[in-house]
Amino acid sequence: MRIENRDQLNEISSRMASHMEQTTHRILICAGTGCLSGGSAKIYEKMMALAKECPQVEIEFGPEVAHGKETVGIKKSGCHGFCEMGPLVRIEPAGILYTKVKPEDCEEIFEKTVLGNELVDRLLYKQEGVTYPTQDEIPFYKKQTRLVLKNCGHIDAENIEESIAKGGYQALAKVLFDMTPEEVVDLVEESNLRGRGGGGFQTGYKWRQVARQKEKVRYVVCNGDEGDPGAFMDRSIMEGDPHKMIEGILIAAYAVSAQEGYIYVRAEYPLAIERLKNAIAQAEERGLLGERILGTVFSFRLHINRGAGAFVCGEGSALTASIEGKRGMPRVKPPRTVEQGLFEKPTVLNNVETYANVPMIITNGAEWFKSIGPEGSPGTKAFALTGSVKNTGLIEVPMGTSLREVIYDIGGGIKDDQEFKAVQIGGPSGGCLIQTDLNINLDFDSLKKRGAMIGSGGLVVMDRHTCMVEVARFFMNFTQRESCGKCVPCREGTKRMLDILERIVDGKGQEDDMEHLATLADMIQNTALCGLGKSAPLPVVSTMQAFPEEYKEHIFEKKCRAGVCQSMRTYVIDKEKCKGCSKCARNCPVEAIHGEIRKPFTIDSTVCIKCGSCVDNCPFGAISIAGQEV
Amino acid sequence: MGFITIDGRKVKFTDEPNILSIIRREGIDLPTLCYHSELSVYGACRLCTVEDNRGRTFASCSEQPRDGMVIYTNTPRLMKYRKMIVQLLLAAHDRDCTTCIKNGDCTLQSLARRLGVLDVPFENRKTSYPVDFSSPAIVRNPNKCILCGDCVRVCDNVQNVNAIDFAYRGTEAMVTPAFQKTLAETDCVNCGQCRAVCPTGAISIHTNKTPVWAALNDPDTRVVAQIAPAVRIALGDALGIPHGENVTGKLVAALHRMGFDEVYDTTVGADLTIMEESKEFLERLKSGEKLPLFTSCCPGWVTYCENRHPELVQNISTCRSPMQMLGAVIREYFKDPEKNEGKKLVSVAIMPCTAKKGEILRPESMTDGIQDVDYVLTTTEVANMIQTAGFKFDMLEAESCDMPFGIGSGAGVIFGNTGGVMEAVLRRLAQTSKRTEIDVIRQSGVRGDNECKVLTFDYHGRQVRAAVVNGLRNAEELIQKIESGEETFDIVEVMACRRGCIMGGGQPLGAGPRTKAARAKGLYDADNDIQIKKSDDNPIVTNLYQTLLKGKEHKLLHRNFGEHSNC
Repeated sequence: MRIENRDQLNEISSRMASHMEQTTHRILICAGTGCLSGGSAKIYEKMMALAKECPQVEIEFGPEVAHGKETVGIKKSGCHGFCEMGPLVRIEPAGILYTKVKPEDCEEIFEKTVLGNELVDRLLYKQEGVTYPTQDEIPFYKKQTRLVLKNCGHIDAENIEESIAKGGYQALAKVLFDMTPEEVVDLVEESNLRGRGGGGFQTGYKWRQVARQKEKVRYVVCNGDEGDPGAFMDRSIMEGDPHKMIEGILIAAYAVSAQEGYIYVRAEYPLAIERLKNAIAQAEERGLLGERILGTVFSFRLHINRGAGAFVCGEGSALTASIEGKRGMPRVKPPRTVEQGLFEKPTVLNNVETYANVPMIITNGAEWFKSIGPEGSPGTKAFALTGSVKNTGLIEVPMGTSLREVIYDIGGGIKDDQEFKAVQIGGPSGGCLIQTDLNINLDFDSLKKRGAMIGSGGLVVMDRHTCMVEVARFFMNFTQRESCGKCVPCREGTKRMLDILERIVDGKGQEDDMEHLATLADMIQNTALCGLGKSAPLPVVSTMQAFPEEYKEHIFEKKCRAGVCQSMRTYVIDKEKCKGCSKCARNCPVEAIHGEIRKPFTIDSTVCIKCGSCVDNCPFGAISIAGQEV
Repeated sequence: MGFITIDGRKVKFTDEPNILSIIRREGIDLPTLCYHSELSVYGACRLCTVEDNRGRTFASCSEQPRDGMVIYTNTPRLMKYRKMIVQLLLAAHDRDCTTCIKNGDCTLQSLARRLGVLDVPFENRKTSYPVDFSSPAIVRNPNKCILCGDCVRVCDNVQNVNAIDFAYRGTEAMVTPAFQKTLAETDCVNCGQCRAVCPTGAISIHTNKTPVWAALNDPDTRVVAQIAPAVRIALGDALGIPHGENVTGKLVAALHRMGFDEVYDTTVGADLTIMEESKEFLERLKSGEKLPLFTSCCPGWVTYCENRHPELVQNISTCRSPMQMLGAVIREYFKDPEKNEGKKLVSVAIMPCTAKKGEILRPESMTDGIQDVDYVLTTTEVANMIQTAGFKFDMLEAESCDMPFGIGSGAGVIFGNTGGVMEAVLRRLAQTSKRTEIDVIRQSGVRGDNECKVLTFDYHGRQVRAAVVNGLRNAEELIQKIESGEETFDIVEVMACRRGCIMGGGQPLGAGPRTKAARAKGLYDADNDIQIKKSDDNPIVTNLYQTLLKGKEHKLLHRNFGEHSNC
């Protein structure tokens, strides 16, 4: 089973590729976390059962293809990215994408598409009256440049040979047989690949620094501790195309002469861990990991390290401490991770997406990579598009794509065609971009200039139903709870900021609260120990800058224009619409609603507890929150 | 090498590890709560944040100096940040300062005063965790803890004990033994170094002042004290006497005034220890068994060895510590009805050490199952008792220790310094008491505060290899070398605390490099002032062997291990 040389790798690749072509139909059922929770495991079982029962087809399990029968491959793929429309089923070779599939749809798909080559129209994606039979034509995908995510959803995530068939491990073979470690470092540096984990540090330079150290025991660590709320780029890569990332790690290890590596995955990603374990086992079995890789003298062992649920462990020094079995707390630098990282040895620490970019750069060259995106931030970037946007999901676009293109062209615009209000970029450490920022280019330098950051790539879209003070409170609550408690500004300062934000949304804001928030934020940003602490106040600072009037309304008028802050809601009954049926009054738990039958009722706001049961019970839609459209 | 500009003044730097040390060298006492030059840099308090000429702010403790840097230490924004950090700490702190053990001696309190904190604009959110009194040596009050991590690092970096660490996150973070156990349930060796670095009242000495006061005021009780060597050169620190000055005479006077019936000198016990330990060492050297011999004076080390290296316990000398030897002798002495005058005996030891509070409770250190020393008071507690009594310490007329246990040799006095026990052993093994021979030993490399000293000496033609180590992590490293066969020794002196007993966990706080040096010098000066240089030249000791100790040497001077007894 071991692949002993390059020829054997090529042979497997071409054999598997032709086998995949010969398979009459490949049914790829999305087994990403989103679709799985939507029930895609049942769809897989149902499809399998259908195929087994059907005498006309042969199920394909391995590379041997039975002749004379229709061969069907039923595969669990990684995330397709179009999570809004899940569970997703892709049928190859036609490239058909069925959306929102339920187990009961399987028979129809099987009958019509697999056996009859017909489309199941009702399961196809439709937008503005147009039906899109194939995945590539769907605007969500058409506007993207999927390089890192290319194989996600298109291959069996649990079969290394499908990855090899798609060119997997070719870049590794190239570096092992055609390049010296220095040449690899040179090439990556030349490509100007920048860290996708948020910092945007030059990957090649980092590798060069590690390669330069006197200490010969070195480590390569992959940061898969993706903790930002709403971000799932790394998870999708680990689940959907784990070998691309492992290949990148191997290339890094070769470049810096490391002997051992760790993938640090957060414990909340059980599926990613399972797929990685499987991928590592398969790679070891084929001699692509372990001793004498591809028959060369290069050996590398790769371990998986499960996090224990601490957000701060995404910070480099906390992450390495956690792998060492210590408490995950950032330490002061110097020494830097490249000098003394894991077990105090020189360590390359990159994020999942960064490693996944490496094989492509090796294969296609630095010039090709630099031709994508702007000069300072070449390549693509994966974003997790969530919130009030029509098409939520995982996307990949060239760096420098404008926010407008992402939200309107790929995301399909704001839900219910509302007006765009803001987008939180970079998770709890990031800031918010507003209407006037829609033309901003999403790349490291443009965002930095604007005072925001790409972070790990979370994009939470907000419309007028989002209260910006509440957003700030939400993120501050997150960072406060995730603070490791080491340095005073982060531990105590964020708690005090949270106290203030909590009282503002609770309608108890005080006159100088904004000033207090600004003072605390300034102190924390300038004195905290690590990136988590330093950036913790950013959501507050940026929302206060962009939406000062919302803060003021909360504090002085006790009013939440988005109607989100429960304490500030005032329910009113529209006299025109109210028919005086008394249903609201009968359902009010505190008898705050009074009136005469067949005459408009009224709500006593001093008694009202803002539970909203009157709104739910009104048959005429006559009750609303004051200041809000119905 | 290079120059940096601090607040407009250009200064040179050479090998300073960080900017903070240059700033302090230049006479600016930038406040810190978590920086100790002997511990790893932690960077948690952020009080030492400075600003450069580009407006960048960073903690000076963890920034390396670079030639041409321009640093400001007291810009308005830095002063604002610092004040706010202290306010934030105070807001989460049990601020009952007036009833706090550290009142007046608390770094947080003094910082608040220095930085002009006159209000705390945040609601107090003090925690209410139970106070841990489980250890005989140390009291932990988590409600006073500001999470600077000094205790955690000293327990790890210096002592390798790791009895405490951080648990939980964010504002719920706390310092605690694993699984919220009590300190008594951990591997804590009672060394008290955590207490020595704690800036607040979170870690303090488990005090025994109250029962001692009660005994002093009981007419039917005879209260005797013994004073350890390292107490005399440190007590003055807490009572306004210059650092390192030997205050034995004033201390004896104060104790007499307090009501102690007799005040003895533990140095006598140290001399007994040298007699017994040297004998034991020569026996082992002859038989070649159980080498190297490890010293047994330090209870912190003995506990550490039992916990981490049970295989080496048999190598530890069977001798009791000087305090325990003298304690046993005192109790034996007062068994005589003529001596005890029908009074109950309460034996108090005044020690620089918190671990001694645990040692007196160890069964193998008792005689016939009876505790020899009833209470251990640390230097700090005695200083407080003197203040409570209101004695003007500097005005007290010196008095001498009481006989028959009031005179020790110079060899016994230097026990308080690292290398002291070894030097005393070397003197004992020396052929003569000539000044020249004593001087040769003094210059053999046994002195100095190095973490580990190795020396070789000739004993009747045999080259004896000796090691002197202080700090338990250093001891651990030495043990690793011994066990791997990398190093071979015949005798090893171990003191749990860095620099030995002069920096024990019960000593007055706030000793900087100068005080540390002054304390060491103070003990060597005391040795210089004593004519008797060798333990075997001490007439009290000689007399004891002929009288009280006759036939009872093992019973009174060695640890009793029950059926596994080596004696």
